[in-house]
Amino acid sequence: MIGIEHYIVVSSILFVLGVLGIFLNRKNVIVILMAIELILLAVNINLVAFSAFLGDLTGQVFAMFVLTVAAAEAAIGLAILVIYFRRRGTIAVDDINRMKG
Amino acid sequence: MDLTYSLGLVIPELVLTLSGLVLLLVAAWGGNEASKPVSIAACVALGGAFFLTAPAVCAGASGPDTVAFFGQLRIDAWAGLAKLMIYAAAGAALVVAPAYFDRLKAMRPEFAILVLFAALGMSIMVSAADLLALYIGLELNSLAAYVLAAYLRDDDKSAEAGLKYFVLGALASGILLFGMSLLYGFTGTTSFSGINVAIADGLSGGQLFGLIFVLAGMAFKISAVPFHMWTPDVYEGAPTPVTAFFASAPKVAAIALLARLSLEAFGTQATAWQQIVGFAAIASIVVGALGAIGQQNIKRLLAFSSINNVGFILIGLATATLAGASAMMIYLAFYVAMTVGSFVALLMLKDADGNQLETFGDIKGLSTTQPALAWCLLLIMFSLAGIPPLMGFYGKLVIFRAAVEADLIALAAIGIAASVIGAFYYLKFIKVMFFDEPVDAVKGKSDWAHWALLVIATLVISPIAFLGTEWLGGLAEAAAAALATAG
Repeated sequence: MIGIEHYIVVSSILFVLGVLGIFLNRKNVIVILMAIELILLAVNINLVAFSAFLGDLTGQVFAMFVLTVAAAEAAIGLAILVIYFRRRGTIAVDDINRMKG
Repeated sequence: MDLTYSLGLVIPELVLTLSGLVLLLVAAWGGNEASKPVSIAACVALGGAFFLTAPAVCAGASGPDTVAFFGQLRIDAWAGLAKLMIYAAAGAALVVAPAYFDRLKAMRPEFAILVLFAALGMSIMVSAADLLALYIGLELNSLAAYVLAAYLRDDDKSAEAGLKYFVLGALASGILLFGMSLLYGFTGTTSFSGINVAIADGLSGGQLFGLIFVLAGMAFKISAVPFHMWTPDVYEGAPTPVTAFFASAPKVAAIALLARLSLEAFGTQATAWQQIVGFAAIASIVVGALGAIGQQNIKRLLAFSSINNVGFILIGLATATLAGASAMMIYLAFYVAMTVGSFVALLMLKDADGNQLETFGDIKGLSTTQPALAWCLLLIMFSLAGIPPLMGFYGKLVIFRAAVEADLIALAAIGIAASVIGAFYYLKFIKVMFFDEPVDAVKGKSDWAHWALLVIATLVISPIAFLGTEWLGGLAEAAAAALATAG
């Protein structure tokens, strides 16, 4: 029988993978965008699982809002990435270093 | 609470929403020629929202009558006071923007509209009484802010600032959201008051994780140490009017939201987060003070200064009392004036061709070449350093008084000691402007709007404002009292 704790474990693993994906990745900003999506999906798994477990619809409504905002966030992230690439001709994480100090 | 009543409570937000949408259409049809009318209309909308919000603040609105949309929002005096500061700061950003962007031929109508939507998001944030409303408000503000940071598309630094802000901001939202999902799962509700009741008998492991994740995400948004590393880069890279906006309005919104969240949703378990907030406060003060010392770029220095100020405000939160909350509001009011003033002064530093100057080398001997500007900057820097009789000192005084009353004497003592370190780099401004050989780099003329803003900001932090402290104190006290009436 799959219980609520299994869902929490899966979503925690996804969340940690997402956070590590942002910090350990030195190559490509696109991977960071994917890691951000991973975090948001981990949250959605949590919300839907809790919603079913508690018999309360709020979590599912919340998940719909998160999905919508995630779409807007990805659109804006990609747009910013495009203007950055146009200026600099690279999207390698190590090259984002014009400002330091 | 029926829908009509709720809609009546959020009229200021409706004004912002509708004017934002209409102006978006105007911008789409009018093109770049529409930027000036759109900016003016956006200012008018913010002004309208300001005056529609003011009565509720003066009346000290609190209690069940302030609940809108079935517990999602609370339009009380706390939210109202924060909104007044937010609208004023957003309006200031709109006023100074055209002169800056016109020279770069980058003035587009989107700017004003993005600021409007960001202000709307912040209104929702400070009114939020439910995790769902909190999330929507925060994201509306953040998404507009990411675009604003990258607003100068053809500028290396601006694009980089936008990218950095986006990645770290999205990470912060993710952490916050994960915490909210845990809180929902382990308390069974998303409303602040419901969470407060559910955790009254002690925190379970899942609830504690949720609380810490939520606090970490919020610390990111207010750029408190240890989640501050994005601030200097974003502040330096973003166009200066946008930086002025970032340093004022979103700080107010995130801090007011954090206070409401801590006191209304986690109020029954204050001991669990007091130490975390106290640590973040001290760390922010110290890191903000030490980080600023070696900086040559004034924008970067002001970024560290804002981290430093957030630390002082967090001391007010660490008390977990209503007196502390009202002290936070008083400090925030003067913080906004000092921030707007210092950034407007920075915008007025232009060379003969109108290029912006932003390093210490350019303001050497400013007192002989531009005495009025130098004296205004002097007062603002003394105020930021917390030197009496300026109002920055009064802000620190009320915060420390609240801390001492709540028996957090150690915290107050460390805070005072660290503010001495901070005074070093504020006084460096004075030394460079008044005692160094003049380089006469600042030659550009500024229009009356910049001067008006600078003079108003200087008057607000000048000793004259002591006449208004009783009135402001009353407003802040009523605002904090509204926090306790969650129901």
